[in-house]
Amino acid sequence: MKQQNVDTKTNLPDTGEADECLFEYLHAEMVNYVLSSKTNGKEGEEELSPLEWMGFGVGYRIMERLTREWARFKDELDTIKFICMDLWSSLYRKQIDNLRTNHQGVYVLHDNAFRLLTNIGAPDSTQYLREAPRLLAFTCGLLRGSLANLGIVSTVTAEIATLPSCKFHVQVQRV
Amino acid sequence: MAVCVAVIGKDNSPKYIRCSDETAALQFHYKVHTSIDIIEEKLNTGNKMAADVRELFLGLLFSTEEHKIFGYATNTKIKFIVVLQSTNASLRDNEVRMIFRKLHSAYANAVCNPFYVPGDQIQSKGFDTAVMEIMGVS
Repeated sequence: MKQQNVDTKTNLPDTGEADECLFEYLHAEMVNYVLSSKTNGKEGEEELSPLEWMGFGVGYRIMERLTREWARFKDELDTIKFICMDLWSSLYRKQIDNLRTNHQGVYVLHDNAFRLLTNIGAPDSTQYLREAPRLLAFTCGLLRGSLANLGIVSTVTAEIATLPSCKFHVQVQRV
Repeated sequence: MAVCVAVIGKDNSPKYIRCSDETAALQFHYKVHTSIDIIEEKLNTGNKMAADVRELFLGLLFSTEEHKIFGYATNTKIKFIVVLQSTNASLRDNEVRMIFRKLHSAYANAVCNPFYVPGDQIQSKGFDTAVMEIMGVS
């Protein structure tokens, strides 16, 4: 009986206030840690792959839990929709605002106010635009990891135009 | 209760097999192995059929005189196989569903261990206890 109450945590609705920011703090520290432990990076080019790899692990594991009570996915689009709606709202408390696809394996996930970017800089300012990509590496890995666990091998890149909004490009690799 | 519990990975490699009677382990290994084909078959026809086939529980895979074999496939392409004694009177569909549900949450807990490398054999005490509970040995 002891084990069963452990796994009810993930599906909780909005619970408290503290857990909202804990993830952001932890994420910020992870970014700092990864950047400080890498010294060999060239000028203007940051070594973000450890961050991406952490995201991969988290995405891979979280999928195992989130999809437990879910019906089997019909196809690739169904899977991506699950990620846009359920994974996103369980992590970032909102859904992806816009999903585009060419039906040939390219998906563009558009978030108008990405949670990890909302607190840096004034809206539409370009002050921190150069630093912003380091905040997206973890999420790129997260997307790649969760897709990998669901059987879709992909590459994920991110793009920022104006600050709180960002785009994730998912390119599915067909065999 | 269950006599054998198996977890099969994405690439159909065994991740975990536990039998209540270790002397007959080979026999169970064969049974589990044979059922993988039936699972694949069920998963592939699932695309065309109606919504109820999209359930994770795959139902009875096949039965022999003394055993009944049930299957379950997660969204993450992991398959669970449970062998039950045919003579067991309490063989309701719902109870089998409950067994798989327990197994799935135990598996999710084992995978969420950050020291577990995805794709490896499962070596977890927590998972062991859950399986033992399902088999009625504890």
